[in-house]
Amino acid sequence: MDFTALPDASGHFGQYGGSFVPETLMHPLEELKAAYSEASLDESFQLEFHTLLREFVGRPTPVTYAERLTGHFGGAQIYLKREDLNHTGAHKINNALGQILLAKRMGKRRIIAETGAGQHGVATATVCAMTGLQCVVYMGTEDMKRQALNVFRMRLMGAEVVGVESGSRTLKDAINEALRDWVTNVGDTHYLLGSVLGPHPYPMMVRDFQSVIGREARGQMMARCGRLPDYLLACVGGGSNAIGLFYEFLNDESVKMIGVEAGGRGLTLGEHAARFLDEGGGSIGVLQGTRSYVLQDPRGQIALTHSISAGLDYPSIGPEHAFLHDRKRVDYVSASDDEALEAFQLISRMEGIIPALESAHAIAHLARLAPRLSKDEIILVNLSGRGDKDVNTIAERLGVKL
Amino acid sequence: MSRITETFERLKREGRKAFIPYITAGDPDLATTESLILALADVGADILELGVPFSDPMADGPVIQRASERALRNPIGVTDILDLVERVRTRTEIPIVLFTYFNPLLRLAEENPGARLKRAGIDGVLITDLIPEEAGGLIDDLRRVDIDTIFLVAPTSTDERIGFIANVSRGFIYVVARTGVTGVGESVSEDVKRIVERVRRYSTLPVAVGFGISKPEHVRDVWQYADGAVVGSRLVLEVENNLGDSNLVEKVARLAAGLIS
Repeated sequence: MDFTALPDASGHFGQYGGSFVPETLMHPLEELKAAYSEASLDESFQLEFHTLLREFVGRPTPVTYAERLTGHFGGAQIYLKREDLNHTGAHKINNALGQILLAKRMGKRRIIAETGAGQHGVATATVCAMTGLQCVVYMGTEDMKRQALNVFRMRLMGAEVVGVESGSRTLKDAINEALRDWVTNVGDTHYLLGSVLGPHPYPMMVRDFQSVIGREARGQMMARCGRLPDYLLACVGGGSNAIGLFYEFLNDESVKMIGVEAGGRGLTLGEHAARFLDEGGGSIGVLQGTRSYVLQDPRGQIALTHSISAGLDYPSIGPEHAFLHDRKRVDYVSASDDEALEAFQLISRMEGIIPALESAHAIAHLARLAPRLSKDEIILVNLSGRGDKDVNTIAERLGVKL
Repeated sequence: MSRITETFERLKREGRKAFIPYITAGDPDLATTESLILALADVGADILELGVPFSDPMADGPVIQRASERALRNPIGVTDILDLVERVRTRTEIPIVLFTYFNPLLRLAEENPGARLKRAGIDGVLITDLIPEEAGGLIDDLRRVDIDTIFLVAPTSTDERIGFIANVSRGFIYVVARTGVTGVGESVSEDVKRIVERVRRYSTLPVAVGFGISKPEHVRDVWQYADGAVVGSRLVLEVENNLGDSNLVEKVARLAAGLIS
């Protein structure tokens, strides 16, 4: 099948995706869908988007050969797609930029966003400052504590950061609050959703804006190695950096893909954010606008999740990932807090690259995969963001006082 | 004919409009909910909306969010609530609409959730985050057992959508009085009347109005042009204000009676 042909016109990836929202949001979603499909065919929109990706974001991001890490594991050749080198330090800006141009085109004056790790919030605050649009970012108070630096960065750029006290006070609760804001202010407000989650057209639109990662990587690998990689590796929270890398390769049968979820502290429900984990409590459900795998109890109440990395700490996953999982096109594994922490330190020392804790989960699986492969095999890892935001968390975990 | 349709027809014959209170099941516990249903029926509720508490009530304002949190201090799901309805059914004939988010309902283990809902004595189902386009086989399931499928019409709904929603609705159509989440309101917008009029162009079903209806004058106002008024957050707030009070049920019932006097 052509994996790139989805979703269908109403936003379904097989049985996943769709629009599960209160009726009030249907009209704004239809408007958004129409504006997006118009913009994607409009050369001037595409030109503006790609010009700003180059001149403002700093794309293309390089692919780096991780020579010492390759030697250390003694197996496959390891390459890193350096999304950490984007302006604002993560892949999130690709989507934020695309959506802000769309919001401007739609005549919206006010932008709202949710954020977990703060990277999407920072990216949104950034593009709002650049375009002069009003910016409100919802963030769980638990995450505000973990990511105080990013909260300050957002405020420096003029964004209002609103703490969310409900539920687990993390990403999921920030999305609820953003949806409540949107349903109240649909007229002048665009909800700049940061991952491949939520109702149609978000999973498709965010993927499309992020797919620049894979398009670049494909050309770069062909230029560098003369062939496609054997494996693609990326961490998966909502799943936007992963799908951004994978999408361009989905129809290349020779390219195997692995998404790494947050294994947290253990396999019991509530201790992790691994939606595809066997016996982990993940099953098909509907949360925040979309049908996908959801961590939930037998009564259909959404479970609390845990991850050392705020960006992966979410009970559901993008519907396209659910589809790719069921079709076995992508393998999903998990890495624990401890494994991520170890990988974080390893790549910092071996490559001089301090990764985001989210990306460190992908590196943690790399440590299992690379040694098993032969030296002529190639792994490309999406290094989705840089780790400056995480140094406080790491120091605390390592018992270091800054 | 469903109990909901019968109720609206009887009210019409009597020249009256429907008072439709909402409470969150299990707030603060299921026993209180049982007493509240009976007490509200006694003081003149015509139809009851029974909310299923959900961990992530994205369409609800703070009052019903807090009610959900209180209810979920005890593990509770749709089946517990259906058991409650089954018990209460031996004592009242008031039509009960299950008001829920989609995810808890999906956990009804049976192949055909309609049969389970029917057995409990549910008369209608309103799923906050389910638009008819995504309802799939559920509408047919419910229709087979004569449970009414109630959908929302919002101020943002286009005529095209209103027509489509009217077509799949049974029992009544629920007009959302404002763009926003549930909550206690200060006034009811003039626009609501126009939305109700738009709905009537597409449907002969009764129309109820909810979201922000919280004072006797709001109810009277809505009754001028609609067939029913839904009051939720204001009653739930009264539950909250009387937690731990042995007269909680009476106080909530008194408030409800006051809304329609």
